[in-house]
Amino acid sequence: MTMSFKGKPSRRAFLKGAAAAGGTLASASVAKAAGDPLITEVQEWASATGEGVDATPYGLPIEYESDVVRRNVEWLTADTISSINFTPIHALDGTITPQGCAFERHHSGAIELKKEDYRLMINGLVDQPLVFTYEDLERFPRENRVYFCECAANTGMEWAGAQLNGAQFTHGMIHNMEYSGISLRSLLEEAGLGAAGDLKDKWVYVEGADASSNGRSIPMEKALDDVLVAFKANGEALRKEHGYPVRLVVPGWEGNMWIKWLRRIEVTDQAIESREETSKYTDTLEDGTSRKWTWVMDAKSVVTSPSPQSPIKHGKGPLVITGLAWSGRGAITGVDVSVDGGKNWMPARLGAPGTDKALTRFYLDYNWQGEEMFLQARAKDSSGYVQPSKSELREVRGLNSIYHNNCIQTWWVKANGEAENVEVS
Amino acid sequence: MSKFLKLIAGTALASSLIAAPALAEKMGLGRTALPEEVAAWDLDVAPDGTGLPVGSGDALVGEEVFAEACAICHGDFAEGVDNWPKLAGGADTLDHDDPLKTVGSYWPYLSTTWDYVNRSMPFGNAQSLTPDEVYAIVAYILYSNDLIEDDFVLSNETFLDVEMPNAGGFILDDRETSEAHFWKAEPCMADCKDTVEITMRAAVLDVTPDEEGAEEAAAPAAAEAAVVAEAAAPAEEAAPVVEEPVAVAAIDADLAKKGEKVFKKCKACHQVGEKAKNKTGPVLNGIINRNIASVDGFKYSKPMKALGEEGKTWTPEEMAAFLTKPKKYLKGTKMSFAGLKKEKDIAAVTEYLKTFQE
Repeated sequence: MTMSFKGKPSRRAFLKGAAAAGGTLASASVAKAAGDPLITEVQEWASATGEGVDATPYGLPIEYESDVVRRNVEWLTADTISSINFTPIHALDGTITPQGCAFERHHSGAIELKKEDYRLMINGLVDQPLVFTYEDLERFPRENRVYFCECAANTGMEWAGAQLNGAQFTHGMIHNMEYSGISLRSLLEEAGLGAAGDLKDKWVYVEGADASSNGRSIPMEKALDDVLVAFKANGEALRKEHGYPVRLVVPGWEGNMWIKWLRRIEVTDQAIESREETSKYTDTLEDGTSRKWTWVMDAKSVVTSPSPQSPIKHGKGPLVITGLAWSGRGAITGVDVSVDGGKNWMPARLGAPGTDKALTRFYLDYNWQGEEMFLQARAKDSSGYVQPSKSELREVRGLNSIYHNNCIQTWWVKANGEAENVEVS
Repeated sequence: MSKFLKLIAGTALASSLIAAPALAEKMGLGRTALPEEVAAWDLDVAPDGTGLPVGSGDALVGEEVFAEACAICHGDFAEGVDNWPKLAGGADTLDHDDPLKTVGSYWPYLSTTWDYVNRSMPFGNAQSLTPDEVYAIVAYILYSNDLIEDDFVLSNETFLDVEMPNAGGFILDDRETSEAHFWKAEPCMADCKDTVEITMRAAVLDVTPDEEGAEEAAAPAAAEAAVVAEAAAPAEEAAPVVEEPVAVAAIDADLAKKGEKVFKKCKACHQVGEKAKNKTGPVLNGIINRNIASVDGFKYSKPMKALGEEGKTWTPEEMAAFLTKPKKYLKGTKMSFAGLKKEKDIAAVTEYLKTFQE
């Protein structure tokens, strides 16, 4: 990924009133002399009628939420057709990512493939090469699982230094959905693995139907473990940008392996070493050698609010510090939050107990007195892994890795509530 | 024991998973894949050459094919245009800051290049090359990286003779050993360090995009957010709209405004406005009703040039036909864009382009 450093310093306009008011904002809790007109006067919405049913057969968020959208970083790639955008994690709560704002990554654009035109082939070292239609897939036993999907390049722009000012841009190549689908194992068994012989050194090569023909090699152990062939997400059909009608779900492993528009599954006796598993998605260390087959996404967390795009607007007093944590090695067991750049840590409260390879929401209910903070979060997972600091990571990997940056993020929250992406010693 | 088993040893993934899948009941779903069908889709090529079709090509032929099919994005010498990937150079840079990773400097297997060119390229016209063309293109890429001589014929038989410089440059994922210290029993909770100083700020080199969506939000603050101009496209500054007296019929300003949005899809390759330059595609100032293939200094495809020589012009009708399905309108066009599906988008972008008549 080529970094170019153009653009002028831009100061965000979010603080409008806040700065001027010196932290003592007028709010609903401060009664005006004659009472709050929103209460004392009959409002239009309390008198006239609203929209009838069917006004929007498929609803979108209300217009007041129209800034909660995916965004891309134009200078990252040559063309939006082969590019990535970012989930607005700074503005979401809970753990499930709505499909409409879940990040997209395409190598040749999002194609439109009808269910009727959909075919899935299994070939290679199987007893019987098979072709399935979409309807065939629906007849296998189904399961529901919630998993995060994180691009290996998430936070990749931050290796060399603090670059992008917002959790959406530093950590937004992630989404978390409830998938309905069938196990890859059931399809492999339907084709029969007798022909593959000893399965220990066998691979499953999976490939998409779009023009990029993106394909990845998955070791048989993983393929038979928890990989899903999914056709629904969050209860409804996959969006085209996420691989409609069928995508692969590879829990805990880098997003590039979650093949969209899945069209072919091949059992092989070697890794294919396609472009996306050699020239990309490999991690170059300081001495110039590169790691490959770094499939697992390590434990990671980020404070989503307050953050540069979600400043504190309410002044001193109760403040909800919140964020997301996840691990490809298991469940999140705890998240610690620091307000002083990692000198001291406080255990955060998990919104719900962590589950395997899925996002976990955390909260720290904090009494903010307007002091500057260096906000950090640190995730711990069920394998005993503790999210490292940026310098700990750099010590092992240097600055050129691009992928798999799971370092602790720092937001510098200033007295006026504004926040900035910084690195600290 | 397999390499990956070592990798995942110690995790919950037990080898019992692969013990006995063969006993499962069949569902009797799906149908047998025909050999023709498997042949049509099973195109991947493995490092040992498995999957390579018979064929051959050399760098001299490759240079011509490359100029026609690849150079628009990757440059005549595989040096890369704009942000498009460089395919040559970068030797011995992997241990430098910002290493240059190309087929020559980084890719460990030649099979990857052949497979990728064959299945995924050219961008916007994938799977259109013959095996011989792919061999020739790959030979040219190797030649551009000084890895073969110009008389070397790359074929399914000579394929494994080519040595890739970085073939030995990869190690398997070793995080569980080289980063074993990240598995700490209990991390430090208090007085973990003496000082905390800011060492770098994102605001200093602000490369964060402005929040476009916010412009449309109801909040008045959005107007201010939009003020910050990105240094990106000079086209945006220009857009003089309607003020100039133009030869064409009056412009529908609303439609042109919609067209400006549609034009975002074109901006990756085309510029318009006062400071516009030829990029991946030609400058589009004055395009409507102008002779086809008539921008100075732009290297058009042969079929596009031929259209121009026939005396054809970009009437709104021709433009609409082209934009609906560029590759169908003109086989061999360099424009990799898939086309605009909606007629009203085509009308809008045409109207927008009319605002740049010279």
